[in-house]
Amino acid sequence: ERPHSVVNVLVCVKRVPATGGTIVLTADAQEIDTRYLGFTISPHEECAVEEAVRLIEANGGSSTVMTLGPAAAEEQLRDAMAIGIERAVLLETDGGDWDPIATSIALTDAIRAQEAAGQRFDLLLFGNEAADTGDYQVAIRVATALGLPCINGVKGLDIRDGVAVARREASAGGWEVYEVPLPAVVAVKEGINLPRYPSVPGRLRARKKVVERVVPKQAPAGLVKLRLRLPEERETATEILGTGPDAAPKVVELLQRLGLLAS
Amino acid sequence: MILTLVEHADGRPERPSLEALAVARRLGSALGKPVQAVLFGPRSRDAARQLAGQGVATTIVVEDARLDAYAPVAWAASMQQLLDRGAAAVVAAGSERGNEVMAYVGARTGLPMAANVVEVTPGKPFRLVRQRWAGSLLEEASLDGGPPLLTIAPHAVAVEEGAGAAPAIEAFAPALTDGDLRVRVVGRVEPAAGSLSLTDAKVVVGGGRGLGGPEAFAILDELAGLLGGAVGVSRVATSAGWRPHAQQIGQTGLRIAPDLYIACGISGAIQHIVGCRAAKRILVINKDPEAPIMSRASYAVIGDLHTVVPAISAEIRRVRGNGASAG
Ligand SMILES: Cc1cc2nc3c(=O)[nH]c(=O)nc-3n(C[C@H](O)[C@H](O)[C@H](O)COP(=O)(O)OP(=O)(O)OC[C@H]3O[C@@H](n4cnc5c(N)ncnc54)[C@H](O)[C@@H]3O)c2cc1C
Ligand SMILES: Nc1ncnc2c1ncn2[C@@H]1O[C@H](COP(=O)(O)O)[C@@H](O)[C@H]1O
Repeated sequence: ERPHSVVNVLVCVKRVPATGGTIVLTADAQEIDTRYLGFTISPHEECAVEEAVRLIEANGGSSTVMTLGPAAAEEQLRDAMAIGIERAVLLETDGGDWDPIATSIALTDAIRAQEAAGQRFDLLLFGNEAADTGDYQVAIRVATALGLPCINGVKGLDIRDGVAVARREASAGGWEVYEVPLPAVVAVKEGINLPRYPSVPGRLRARKKVVERVVPKQAPAGLVKLRLRLPEERETATEILGTGPDAAPKVVELLQRLGLLAS
Repeated sequence: MILTLVEHADGRPERPSLEALAVARRLGSALGKPVQAVLFGPRSRDAARQLAGQGVATTIVVEDARLDAYAPVAWAASMQQLLDRGAAAVVAAGSERGNEVMAYVGARTGLPMAANVVEVTPGKPFRLVRQRWAGSLLEEASLDGGPPLLTIAPHAVAVEEGAGAAPAIEAFAPALTDGDLRVRVVGRVEPAAGSLSLTDAKVVVGGGRGLGGPEAFAILDELAGLLGGAVGVSRVATSAGWRPHAQQIGQTGLRIAPDLYIACGISGAIQHIVGCRAAKRILVINKDPEAPIMSRASYAVIGDLHTVVPAISAEIRRVRGNGASAG
């Protein structure tokens, strides 16, 4: 029988707006207008949360979710606790921009403080990139500051006997395999697993849990947002081919015209 | 100089890297600095010879047998050593490896990095435009505090073909520690043979929430089969477990560029659109004529996909003259 290896997992998640069919900006072009939008955890990180819960279910150990964001980001911490994460830490900001360097420093400091207080982490899970800013660097900066190995773009993860074996898609198809000793940072992509939906008891339990709050220090930014704008869209004229199954001959004519019905 | 990481597949420069070179070259001429390309791994010299006409002054080939397998930290350590010789900017493709290596350069040096840049203007500070939300939103930003580290969004800038001889090659032997080689590719799993990849398919038939469940995908599989195409899906279909994530199109899935994308029961959320906007044409099958995806459609059929899609398959069989045998 395999030796049972307990893992203590930290997951870092970010609160992002759940934008739908179009993005609407605020009048000053500084933000997405979120008055009519909900918020969510970035999809890659939802999978990181699920992966953490599965690892703890399989091996035992502890699980902690951490976010840097406004007070309202407590909602995303409770979402993670609703599917099984035990502890939550909120690095509470006033809601302004934190560039990737400032974010990484704050997360690194908070992780060190957790460890100084006796909470060990064998595995630190991140998303490959945050859905909103897509900076592609926070996990790597945190790992480097902590002196830990980091594997990115992970879509398959195996933790055994103190090592992480991870798979990532190769650009030419197939997979690349990486292997690093724990403790390690792993940045995952959606597709690594299928996240579960929270149960009602899970939600109730999460609502009662304590969220640890920390006020982080903001390091100066190197990358500063000036304004947002929507990319230019070319207008597409739509030809309505018909309504219901009667449109089928028109569709097939189109396929023939486009040369897509060759064989 | 403007240091530019050029990725290559077995000796052939990758297109996103050539796009990065085009940006590097414009930066170089604005700043009066030469462009240096940096290549790693086996067959780098073959790739270097193909950089003629790309405005590259020198090509640096990093030669170290330990770098035959990809090792992101070691690549970054090498880039850092080249950067220390004096670079005005470092540029790479906004590819998986390009973003990864540049993030390590940023982490090791403390320099800021901007990912998926589409425009850059030198100055103090540098000004740039970059993609957020996988390109659904643009950010104008400034970048301050040392030579900027930039990755260039793939397919957002043109490659510039010019005349010129192949650049001079300089071999570079980086100083690497064991720690720099801790993260590296230790194995490969080859792709399954014979499977048509979604990103290569000329026709993609897409399905979303409108399918109502996993069973209805049989009619999409059938249509895709008749057209020699592939089936792709929205995130609703993968989150519900109807289809595997490998078929998801969009921000957190695949980017496709078929001749025709047939989107069935998909509303057209921006995160889905970023995955299919490179399609030459979109044919929408949706019961809602007001669905947001309509504004991207070249063609549309308004109706219930459960009857429209089988009717199209039947009509294809009829015109091919084997309607009876195919049932
Ligand atoms: C950060 C982030 C990343 C995301 N990444 C992705 C991604 O990579 N890919 C992705 O797809 N989504 C992604 N999403 C989700 C996205 O926002 C939408 O929720 C999703 O694309 C909607 O899927 P859908 O169009 O299938 O469903 P819906 O939006 O519910 O649309 C269903 C459509 O089907 C039509 N319909 C219903 N029944 C029928 C019928 N019988 N016949 C014909 N038409 C019918 C309806 O009119 C409607 O237009 C992401 C979201 C976030 C926040
Ligand atoms: N504000 C934040 N709070 C917690 N984790 C974050 C935050 N920003 C980024 N991360 C983590 O770092 C990953 C990469 O983010 P980025 O480099 O911004 O694209 C994300 O997927 C998260 O796991």
